[in-house]
Amino acid sequence: MYEYSEFDTAFVRERVAQFRAQVERRIDGALTEDEFKPLRLMNGLYLQLHAYMLRVAVPYGTLDPAKMRQLAHIAERWDKGYGHFTTRQNIQFNWPRLRDVPDMLDALADVGMHAIQTSGNTIRNVTSDHFAGAAADEIADPRPFAELIRQWSTDHPEFQFLPRKFKVAVTGSPNDRAVIKSHDIGLRMLRKGDEIGFEVVLGGGLGRTPMIAKVIRDFLPVADLLPYLESIVSVYNQLGRRDNKFKARVKITVHEHGIDRIRELVEAEFALRRSTFGGADQQILREIEARFRRPTLRDGRPADAYEASRAADPVFRAWADTNLVAHRHPDHAIVTISLKAHGATPGDASADQMRVMADLAEEFGHDELRVSHEQNIVLPHVHKADLPAVHARLAAAGLGTANIGLVSDIIACPGMDYCALATARSIPIAQQIATRFDELKLEHDIGPIKLKISGCINACGHHHVGHIGILGLDRAGVENYQITLGGDGTEAASIGERTGPGFPADEIVGAVERLIGAYLKHRESAEETFLETYRRLGMAPFKEALYGDERQRNAA
Amino acid sequence: MSRRFTPKVVTANHLLEGDSVWLTVDDRWTRNMAEAELIEDEAHAQIRLLMAESQPNVVVGAYLADARRGPRGPEPIHFREVFRTRGPSNHAHGKQVEVGNV
Repeated sequence: MYEYSEFDTAFVRERVAQFRAQVERRIDGALTEDEFKPLRLMNGLYLQLHAYMLRVAVPYGTLDPAKMRQLAHIAERWDKGYGHFTTRQNIQFNWPRLRDVPDMLDALADVGMHAIQTSGNTIRNVTSDHFAGAAADEIADPRPFAELIRQWSTDHPEFQFLPRKFKVAVTGSPNDRAVIKSHDIGLRMLRKGDEIGFEVVLGGGLGRTPMIAKVIRDFLPVADLLPYLESIVSVYNQLGRRDNKFKARVKITVHEHGIDRIRELVEAEFALRRSTFGGADQQILREIEARFRRPTLRDGRPADAYEASRAADPVFRAWADTNLVAHRHPDHAIVTISLKAHGATPGDASADQMRVMADLAEEFGHDELRVSHEQNIVLPHVHKADLPAVHARLAAAGLGTANIGLVSDIIACPGMDYCALATARSIPIAQQIATRFDELKLEHDIGPIKLKISGCINACGHHHVGHIGILGLDRAGVENYQITLGGDGTEAASIGERTGPGFPADEIVGAVERLIGAYLKHRESAEETFLETYRRLGMAPFKEALYGDERQRNAA
Repeated sequence: MSRRFTPKVVTANHLLEGDSVWLTVDDRWTRNMAEAELIEDEAHAQIRLLMAESQPNVVVGAYLADARRGPRGPEPIHFREVFRTRGPSNHAHGKQVEVGNV
């Protein structure tokens, strides 16, 4: 993976030193909160409901054991012994004290990490496919491009005061696991003859105005990546609305001006900017690519132990059936570690669990770990012969839950348990739904389904693209939960449709159970997924399950 | 006729710890909402809020929150304010477990 150059190291250390002085000036009273707030946000520090929160960037979700162990150390030394992995592939610490934050940032810098541009109206941490470099369907590893974008966008002088935050996602596979159509810019790698390039989509986003990104360039050669991205962000920087925060994202700019007009402006800008790059970016890309050398996988080692364990151990088999994905090398597998034990907080990992995952990556996984936007951790390169040992160690640490892609593998934002913006809680709803379906012992029968919960309209929990989405709202001083159906975050992206009136907290689990019951009743076979059944039948049978027969409702 | 004034407390986040604090009648910041001053007059509420805002090196983001008189002191009305008095529901952290919560 990418290792910091001397320049990177010096830059991050300098930033920590600056922030340390800023914190001191804030505590001394030399800086007001109005002056300090933009400075702390530039360094990922929020003030939330019960405490400060430090959001640490995990660039394109990639970690190594040293970084993971340092996150564990930070969690124990300065927080409450755990961290929360987010839908942006980052990690958040929920309980730092202001005086301790510079020390936390120094500890991050020790392992080449930081919290820069995890907040504010800048280009945020670049996200990517969590199976990058391992997936069987991949054209090329997207992470060198993501790293190039990270270096270009970090402290980019033109883009430190954008109309609003700006998020870029990259995938190297035709199957989109990075939700790229919900990002301001999405890059999907394509092959055209012998050439590799990107389909560029612009103006996606969730939040109060959910939009699917539109194609602005159907094929962008790799060599043009940075000048083209810079042209897009430059056009947005000038055209994006600064008069209204709710209309400031690029999705609104695209909506108001039309993708064709934006494309013209971007191409005109691109014609000017392209020559100014002069090939330096391509030289840097080659240096980055050299640091992303693929791990040397061992050929010829028999995978018999894997088949033997599958046959002998039903617990292992259930886990292997849900938590493994095909690796490009047939003797290997991609392991997803569930941070969704039934009844636990989605995305939380204790310091001890972080160390177990770091150890496994070191012993069995070529030193690689990934954070997925679905709030799980991935070991991308594990030999099949090692899977029984990996599973046993995970299970002993409370990390062996066999539920990836199932109804209890729920994305949930922190909600009003932590977040100052939230209008309702998300975490307890996720905990109750997962616990309920575990009791019913139905989730393997239900099969693949994406259930996503947000605690406010800003949609950090991606509810718009959940097959079942739940949105927590404040209705006259009571928590209330709206349901959307039919959302999809993949390459076939769609925004979910609202079913109707929301449900109070004590009725939402039952409502989800009725939705699943309707699916099981109406599906044509066990192979037809929830989303397929919804797309075939539409809203009607699900509405009836939620609200009862329409005639009965009218009679009541 | 003007609407009846809902009683208020002055609340904020502590600058150093970041946690919820409430203003007392004797100008202290308490971590126990029951010790807060319950303000039943609108003009007085504005004066107390100004007083809170004049302490930017102690607290951040002071505001008036609706409250009611309870047997032990002011109580929150809105669920968000209830959560601020006790902490998150998924972990036993924050005010619900902190010792010396007085």
